[in-house]
Amino acid sequence: MAAYLLKRVIQILLTLFVFLSIVFFLVNAQPGDISNVYALNPDLPPETREKLRELFGVNQPLWKQYLVYLRNVVTGNFGISFSLYPRTVADVIAERLPRTLVLFMTATVLSFYLGFVLGKIIAWRRGGWTEYATTLGGVTLYTVFTPWFALMMIWLFAFKAGWFPIGKFLDPVVWQDAPTDANTVFNRMLLTVIVLSGIVFAVFIVTTKRRVSGAGYIRLGSVAISAAVLVGVWLASGTGYLAWDIAKHMVLPIATLTLISFAGTMLLTRNSMLETMREDYVLAARAKGLPEKDVRDRHVARNALLPVVTSFVFSLAFAVDGGIIIESVFSWPGMGQTLVAAATTEDVPLAVGAFVFVGIFVLVAHLLADVLYVYLDPRIRY
Amino acid sequence: MAVAAASQSATPALWRMRLTLAARSVRENWSMFVGTRIGVLGLAIIVFYLLLAAAHPILMNTVWEPRIYDPVVGYAFDEARQPAPPSLRHPLGTDPLGRDILSQLMFSARSEFMLGLLAAVVTVTIGTTVGAVTAYFGGIVDTILMRLADIMIMLPGISVLIVLSATIGVEHFELALIIGILSGFGGAGVLLKSQALGVVVKPYIEAARAAGGGPVHIIFVHIVPNLLPLSFLYMMFTVTGAIFSEAVLSFLGLLDIRMSWGLMIHTTESAGYLLQVGEFWWLIFPASLSITLLCSSFYLVGRSLDEVINPRLRRA
Repeated sequence: MAAYLLKRVIQILLTLFVFLSIVFFLVNAQPGDISNVYALNPDLPPETREKLRELFGVNQPLWKQYLVYLRNVVTGNFGISFSLYPRTVADVIAERLPRTLVLFMTATVLSFYLGFVLGKIIAWRRGGWTEYATTLGGVTLYTVFTPWFALMMIWLFAFKAGWFPIGKFLDPVVWQDAPTDANTVFNRMLLTVIVLSGIVFAVFIVTTKRRVSGAGYIRLGSVAISAAVLVGVWLASGTGYLAWDIAKHMVLPIATLTLISFAGTMLLTRNSMLETMREDYVLAARAKGLPEKDVRDRHVARNALLPVVTSFVFSLAFAVDGGIIIESVFSWPGMGQTLVAAATTEDVPLAVGAFVFVGIFVLVAHLLADVLYVYLDPRIRY
Repeated sequence: MAVAAASQSATPALWRMRLTLAARSVRENWSMFVGTRIGVLGLAIIVFYLLLAAAHPILMNTVWEPRIYDPVVGYAFDEARQPAPPSLRHPLGTDPLGRDILSQLMFSARSEFMLGLLAAVVTVTIGTTVGAVTAYFGGIVDTILMRLADIMIMLPGISVLIVLSATIGVEHFELALIIGILSGFGGAGVLLKSQALGVVVKPYIEAARAAGGGPVHIIFVHIVPNLLPLSFLYMMFTVTGAIFSEAVLSFLGLLDIRMSWGLMIHTTESAGYLLQVGEFWWLIFPASLSITLLCSSFYLVGRSLDEVINPRLRRA
């Protein structure tokens, strides 16, 4: 296992290097450079733009820029963003990445839960009308033209009903005399979510392993108590209304994302369930006279979980890419928007930096999926 | 002499036998496909849009006056205000620039099909070749192509397409090629390789090799045909992906194309009608629904094919 991991890490580093080079040249292959953004600005005469190019080093030959860039990346320096000067790329990404991650991880977890539960049910009722209706509805949502669907959600729930804000990350009016800035509040929210999910996970594991009676009540009770405590802490801190404002802005994008992506998991679970249902141990479980629900949930669903988990890890990796559409429709200032803006304004360091972060994310997720596979399926050995 | 006569008399019987077998397998697969129901629905939607696409040139040459109905440069002189609501002359109304929506819809259907088909063919051609070659040769070829696949899978698709469309002028043809190459060397290659790995260990490959078959012969005569069902299945999903990507990119206004469903929504957006869904529904719904329907129809057909091809999904 250790040897395998080492081999994989070396491979990952090599792949990352190639990826970085491709991205660097791809972004640089666009005609023009950052000074073009100021081409129509009368305050900046051509000499100043020339100076700007010299300052940013974009007047040097490409291979020289590439070498400088490589050296910097190896030392962990991703450079300074051209368009958001003087902020560093690492700083911009550190601000934007959590926003994207929170949005997409929440949506991914929700859609996987929904998809798994529905997939379980439709696999069990194969051929019934429930299956056709759910599959059709799911596939339609899955392949729906995302910008349109997001717009419909905004139109329906924000524009007509007025339940949620139309877009953006926060409401400036609410934040006018806020004691702290948005990033602090957001990071605290992130911490809250992590603590809460940690508690949920721990309780779930303990009650499952110990086979406590009344596990359902214990789980529900402890989750409710810890959630109440966390809400209490927020209310006491005095920044609760700020967190509430951000949370309100997150509802529609998360709901949209969940709805458009749950069908993938649902159909995957269904197929995986159908394959598992043919195994002998399922027949044995039935022969023992176990109730259908036990056979479905404990014997089939557990084993059908394997590909679903892998796909979960992968879909986390693609959060940033899938984010572009949702983030631009909801004007959510996350990684997707950053990437597109950087790529189209020739902000080379930021664009390449964002791509590289996405790349690292995907590669680590691949590795994680492989390791997780070994843990989940004892039949697999490296 | 006797042997030659026997083989002569056996030849027609052999092809007839093969034909009967092929016909029977088509019949059986078709009935399984129909049994999934969702596939038939998908097929019906595809046929509907094919008919729309085919009807457009006919209508343009007979009933519709090009000056008014041209999807790109036409102008509805018969309407006082643009965008005009649906009427008998313009069944789906006109867009903010006075062009007939139905005509745009039908005209775009054809290019969507061409885009999807081309992307799918490129993907599957590359993917099948990569899969067969890596599975057959293994070793260094396998390592290089699979690491390449890693990179292709790692590239965030939409973002790369956005960068590329800013770099080079991307039209339908280029878009189809890019999508085809990205997914052919990426996901499709990996998937088809995993299938090909199961084929190369079969005894008949060994037999072919023992009989003196070269790598090219074995790959294209013995391995590739066994990958074709899966390739065909993958084509359906590629079509969905290609149409979707095109729609998103033209919605963002990044492609150099004259007309497409995504561009129709882009026009609506840039004219400021996007959130007036109730009053100007014909500017948003026809194009969006078409994208959604055509994407889901290919996806549904793909799902049903999966049910037919994948023996582990068959009913017990």
